[in-house]
Amino acid sequence: MTMTQSSAAPLLQVSDLAVSFRKDGQWRNVVRDMNFSVTAGETLAIVGESGSGKSVTSMAVMQLLPRVSTRITGKVLFQDRDLLALGEPEMEAVRGNRISMIFQEPMTSLNPVMTIGAQIAEAIRVHRPVSKAEARALALEMMDRVHIPAARSRYDDFPHQFSGGMRQRVMIAAALACKPDLLIADEPTTALDVTIQAQVLDLIKELQADTGMGVIFITHDMGVVAEVADRTLVMYNGDVIESGTTAQIFATPQKTYTRALLSAVPKLGTMGGTPHPLPYPVFDMQTGTMTELPLRGDTLQSDAKPLLEVTGLSKRFEVKSKILKRVVARVHAVEQVGLMLRRGETLSIVGESGCGKSTTGRLLTGLYPSDSGRILLDGRELGKIPANERARDIQMIFQDPYASLNPRLRVGEAITEPLRIHKLVPRKDEAEIAERLLERVGLQAQMADRYPHEFSGGQRQRICVARALVMKPKVIVADEAVSALDVTMKTQVINLMMDLQQEMGLGFVFISHDMAVVERISHKVAVMYLGEVVEMGPRAAIFSNPTHPYTRRLLSAVPVPDPARRGQRSAPPILELRSPLRTSDYRHPVRRYLEVSQGHFVQEPGPEWT
Amino acid sequence: MGWFLRRIAQSIVMLWVVISLVFLSIHFVPGDPVELLLAQDGATPDPAMVEVVRGQLGLDRPLHEQYVKKLGDLLRFDLGKSIVDESSVGKEVARRLPRTLELIAAAGLLSLLIGLPAGVLAALRPASLFSRMANLASGTAQSIPVFVIGTLFVITFAQLLGWLPAGGFVAFERDPAKHLLLLIMPATTIAVGLSAIVFRITRASMLDVLPLDFIRTARAKGVPRRRVILQHALRNALMPVITVFALQLGGLLAGTVLVETVFNWPGLSGMLVSGVNARDYPVVTGVIVVVAAFYIGLNLLVDILYGLTDPRVRK
Amino acid sequence: MRKIFSAPSGILLLTMVLGALLAPVLPLQDPLAMDMSGRFAGPSANHWLGQDDYGRDLLSRLVYALRGAILISGSSAVLAAVIGISIGVIAGYVRGFSEMLSLRIMDVILCFPPLLLAMLAATLYGAGPQTLVPVLALVFVPSFTRVAHASVMTVRAMDYVDAVKLMGAPSRRIIFRTILPNVSGPLFVQFSFVVAMSVVLESGLSYLGLGVLPPEPSLGMMIGAARATFLTEPWLLLAPCILLSVLILVLNAFCDHLRHLLDPRRSAGS
Repeated sequence: MTMTQSSAAPLLQVSDLAVSFRKDGQWRNVVRDMNFSVTAGETLAIVGESGSGKSVTSMAVMQLLPRVSTRITGKVLFQDRDLLALGEPEMEAVRGNRISMIFQEPMTSLNPVMTIGAQIAEAIRVHRPVSKAEARALALEMMDRVHIPAARSRYDDFPHQFSGGMRQRVMIAAALACKPDLLIADEPTTALDVTIQAQVLDLIKELQADTGMGVIFITHDMGVVAEVADRTLVMYNGDVIESGTTAQIFATPQKTYTRALLSAVPKLGTMGGTPHPLPYPVFDMQTGTMTELPLRGDTLQSDAKPLLEVTGLSKRFEVKSKILKRVVARVHAVEQVGLMLRRGETLSIVGESGCGKSTTGRLLTGLYPSDSGRILLDGRELGKIPANERARDIQMIFQDPYASLNPRLRVGEAITEPLRIHKLVPRKDEAEIAERLLERVGLQAQMADRYPHEFSGGQRQRICVARALVMKPKVIVADEAVSALDVTMKTQVINLMMDLQQEMGLGFVFISHDMAVVERISHKVAVMYLGEVVEMGPRAAIFSNPTHPYTRRLLSAVPVPDPARRGQRSAPPILELRSPLRTSDYRHPVRRYLEVSQGHFVQEPGPEWT
Repeated sequence: MGWFLRRIAQSIVMLWVVISLVFLSIHFVPGDPVELLLAQDGATPDPAMVEVVRGQLGLDRPLHEQYVKKLGDLLRFDLGKSIVDESSVGKEVARRLPRTLELIAAAGLLSLLIGLPAGVLAALRPASLFSRMANLASGTAQSIPVFVIGTLFVITFAQLLGWLPAGGFVAFERDPAKHLLLLIMPATTIAVGLSAIVFRITRASMLDVLPLDFIRTARAKGVPRRRVILQHALRNALMPVITVFALQLGGLLAGTVLVETVFNWPGLSGMLVSGVNARDYPVVTGVIVVVAAFYIGLNLLVDILYGLTDPRVRK
Repeated sequence: MRKIFSAPSGILLLTMVLGALLAPVLPLQDPLAMDMSGRFAGPSANHWLGQDDYGRDLLSRLVYALRGAILISGSSAVLAAVIGISIGVIAGYVRGFSEMLSLRIMDVILCFPPLLLAMLAATLYGAGPQTLVPVLALVFVPSFTRVAHASVMTVRAMDYVDAVKLMGAPSRRIIFRTILPNVSGPLFVQFSFVVAMSVVLESGLSYLGLGVLPPEPSLGMMIGAARATFLTEPWLLLAPCILLSVLILVLNAFCDHLRHLLDPRRSAGS
């Protein structure tokens, strides 16, 4: 992309924008001194972590913030008009017409009781004097343009009948129906699977090329920034701390925070030469120094006997008919999965939503009973281990740090709860154990008396790690344990997990959809698709030589945080929706696995891949 | 469609269970039910009388025979005969039910007219004086029992001010004006509490819906505020309102008893209260079966309405 | 706890409950003692609020009527809560057939409007508190079951319940130590709501003469009896009307207060 466009008159010129919210009678400044502009055909990325003010900025431009409790100052010039001076009716004529916006949550951003066609047509009807029939025709045209298959027959469907990716397409169709000059996209792909994300990004780029609109892209994901943006604005705590062309920002970041953000960005394929997992560099936000951690010895004890040995593991959920309760179909959530984990090893299970990776994690810990297959935990059959002993062998860390701590327990009590259940230590010693563990996971001992709601997401996840450790387990299953965290938090928790592995020889089963994190921390990777492991092997082999078509698809969809390579990645084509829901008489085909190289197994692709 | 039929089937099964329970209820009583029914002030009833009533109720036959006969009777809308004067319960219900339904309909309409707009307005400006006053008023209105409101109404508007008749009933065909005049106070009495409930649910439901993402989407599309509120917010917010409102209406079939007593409105209640006082078992169970059937029917209606407004339900 | 009762509604409620429970030891007249010479007498040193149509002490009858209302409603609410919550929690935790069955039974009970069920019971068993308490309890069991069941379903899906399972905790411990404390909020709200509802029901039934039996004092019955003499003795009607309404108002306000305290949106944000 060339930079010549910056000489053209800007479409949107924001100067000295500041936003304050009133809460409990106090005005709190959340965005300060925003200055930026967007020209036609250009994409500007606004990057930052949660609470940085990036979404507030876009909402302020659109005047979507509640007028009574918000104070906005500065100027927002759009086509020579100051939007901040417009009243609500004039602003309504701009929204959806000249400036459109799409949002993060496709699942909740559409009206559940209106057909999707009506929701697209509505955007046309409020701005253009067209008849109902004309609006319908235009809406159908938009559905075609955003590549919704069989648009005509799906016009009268309701949002719940669409997948997340398709809903986001509906959102885009409604947003672009009036051919706006500017599109504001607020984390439009964050809630989507990586292959769907790639498709949606491509769609936005395609439509931008067609119409020449300007795009403001709000995201926390540096990979996406590199993929889409001409220029980038970095926000931290309500301030713009750095701005420039995307190439500049990536090549020569000036501010510590930007560098921290970039260093934390998982770069796929950077691990090629490193033999084993590598902690993230440590950043000191005060001094701005970055310390690469020294390469450590490998934690993997390959000669020890396996901690976890899984063969032929299957789990099906039955779908019963409403009245007679007959089994009409089954969800083959996990199908014939075999895995092996040794001491000090990290095995990652990757895949997109619905692939069965979380179910597998729950089967491994015994939270779900398996339908068939064998799980040997440290040489003993999982189902036959008494609950109290199993708790000392295997523990779990969950995705949502807000749901995984009992809100009624002080964190100290939460950490030592397992000891109390099994009466392992005298009551008086519990406090000391909790304090020691809190310090071990990087928190302070005196925090033991606080309740979970007083902690941030990252701190809670540390507490969960401490709770998992109190029984000194051999295996920890981490189910998307860092996915809900901001980038900087994410790297800290991952480093903590690696330290603990070093120290205690833990085996980790790391369940994740984030390929870049997986590359950093894994010894071994298993790729799951529709309940089956389609490819498994040493980390280096999977990433350098992906062999199964699905693995290739998955890896090629991951955004590359390198602006120089922008546009080289192309999204995989839209596949027809596949689901592991099968009829009740379905017999699973016998799969064959080929050993590509030592320890690298690939499922022979079925006919659907050819 | 399957969803629809399944829901109807469920309602029929429910009705059958309810009828069976009511039928069996007399057998739950410890000792001889007939003796118990006829026992007045602890005196032992006349054995001959007991036998007569036993025959009337069909209690002298085996249980399963009684049950089959009861179900057959109900299918022919035969609700049995009063023990006290042998009049047909079905006929009496048919005569009185429309009056009760009229009262409920009038009260329901009135409360929707007041509660819905007030609830929407209060939700749009939750901190406004109107919102706070309406909240206070609805809280108070909901707290005063309906017979207290009725009594106070009679005292104020009939006895002290003399604006309205204290109570009674005139058939619509005989004197439409008088009929409606007599309807005002009982209907308003019920509507006080009911509109307070409609107001509260509407307000709460709107407050739940307004911050949702799809409202923001609609606003971002440039949809005018009025349309955002009515088409997007209210349509989604209405469902809890419909549910609660229907449950309340169903409850009113019995709840009007008190109001009808206060205002001498000859609906089902007069029958029920005198039936209970005289321990006239067939009268009481007859009314209960009819009311329960209406209640179940109303719930069915709500579910169908629900399905029509919310596509996610129809699965 | 201090937060719960420090609100005006909490203080008023505590006062009313204490006053009612302590009625027998308070220096009150006998609520049943008639005094035909003092019919409709105005306030005096002995009878602060005057006397009723049988010359009974109004103040004492009001306090004892309040006592009756609170005892009957409170005990039926406690009974309903114990039964309803047990069923709801077990159904929500165990799932399967028992869950289906118990929820269906609740649906059946809900098909009967509460007042009707009470009247049916009065027909079969005769009126009076011994019928009233079990019937009111029965009427309110489903509401507790539903709230308990729904809350358990929400809570059991939380990861922290899975975490406790992984610690090897037995079901009993999970139910009592992990799930119950986390569903207690909505259940307390429901409890105060049910007490208010049963006060309404009890007074209505008594008004119809199907609840508390004379000569025991009851607010509903006092209102019914005083209607005839309103024009000459308005206070006899207004006093129980006001007391009853205030009682329900206070209960409702307390319920709202609890709901507000426990609103997840208040704590989640902070």
